[in-house]
Amino acid sequence: MYLNLNDDKPIFIQIAEGIEDAILTDSFPEESQIPSITEFSVMYKINPATALKGINMLVDEKIIYKKRGVGMFVSSGAKQKLNIKRRNAFFDSYIKTMLEEASRIGITKEEIIKLLEEKGEQI
Amino acid sequence: MNCIEIKNVTKDFKNTRALDNINLKLEENKIYGLLGRNGAGKSTLLKIISNRIFTDSGSITVNGKNTCENDSSQRKIYLMNESNLYPPKMKIKKAFQVTASFYPDFDFEYANKLAKLFNLNVNKQIRSLSTGYTSIFKVITALSVNTPYVFMDEPILGLDANHRELFYKCLLEKYTDNPFCCIISTHIIEEVAGIIENVVIIKNGSIIRDTSCEELLSEGYTISGPAALADKLAEGKNIIGSDSIGGLKNIYIAGKNDITEIPVGIEIVSMDLQKLFVQLTNS
Repeated sequence: MYLNLNDDKPIFIQIAEGIEDAILTDSFPEESQIPSITEFSVMYKINPATALKGINMLVDEKIIYKKRGVGMFVSSGAKQKLNIKRRNAFFDSYIKTMLEEASRIGITKEEIIKLLEEKGEQI
Repeated sequence: MNCIEIKNVTKDFKNTRALDNINLKLEENKIYGLLGRNGAGKSTLLKIISNRIFTDSGSITVNGKNTCENDSSQRKIYLMNESNLYPPKMKIKKAFQVTASFYPDFDFEYANKLAKLFNLNVNKQIRSLSTGYTSIFKVITALSVNTPYVFMDEPILGLDANHRELFYKCLLEKYTDNPFCCIISTHIIEEVAGIIENVVIIKNGSIIRDTSCEELLSEGYTISGPAALADKLAEGKNIIGSDSIGGLKNIYIAGKNDITEIPVGIEIVSMDLQKLFVQLTNS
């Protein structure tokens, strides 16, 4: 998990997305405890209020839940929930940007499909 | 609510107005960044609040009580700045004891722990410390006094990158375990941008911004691209600065980004705290 403080994306969203990535890659498995606000804050040198804001986004989406006096845990089913969320955002996050760049440099949709068929297999 | 309230404070030094009708409220348990160019009045303001110098007019209260010549109010505030108030020949461990006699909540165990982390030998005399270690000694003291308000004027002066990182980590650890109001005055804006919750910007003795970091950052953006296109898009907006290289131009705009249609070739990017600060305080 890497934060870029100069990125256009607000830090609290980067924190939330970083935790999402960690859940998707099983670095934070379901029903396991995630680091505390203090640990996030100290590790990334950010104000604890910012870390809390990012984590609360995930609590609102029921991806993380809090156990009073114990800590914060990954909900069961979180991985699937995130998978659906990321799939729904896939077009806007990745394909749209790609098409915009393609139109800037004059790559046609046919050429893109050809590229995907030829080189996409390698990835 | 507990806070420090500064009302209509003005201070003159001979013919220069150092502070011009300052009104400011510092709330408990928040980390503030006090930013301003050299000579803007940051240090003067901190010294006035901690009663090291006096105001010409106006008042300052801590939790509702006047701070001027008020011992119990002053014990709630700790100021670390460039001046060294300890005898130069005093050993560091003795200086901790002296500090504790003024600030009874001084945590010796924590101070010694930090001294170890920073490799500061507490048996050394204060005068023998390098610039960096003088800062480290001051920072350790400031983090150990446990007053509800801690002012740090240039805490990272002369600190190497490793020690700066360690300082930020110790500060945040301390703050999350036991919140206090911390005001950091610094020129190294990039490094504190993520740490501070609120920003106060002083320009020529006046406060020009006093808001949350997030709010301030949403207040400005950059239009970047071919000069003609960028100029056209920036028309009628509050331009606070610009720079150009060849046919390309960056135009810095104050105000919320309300551009919906972005022409091809133009990029709209947010401004980081340092860029925004530079644009707001350029004369």
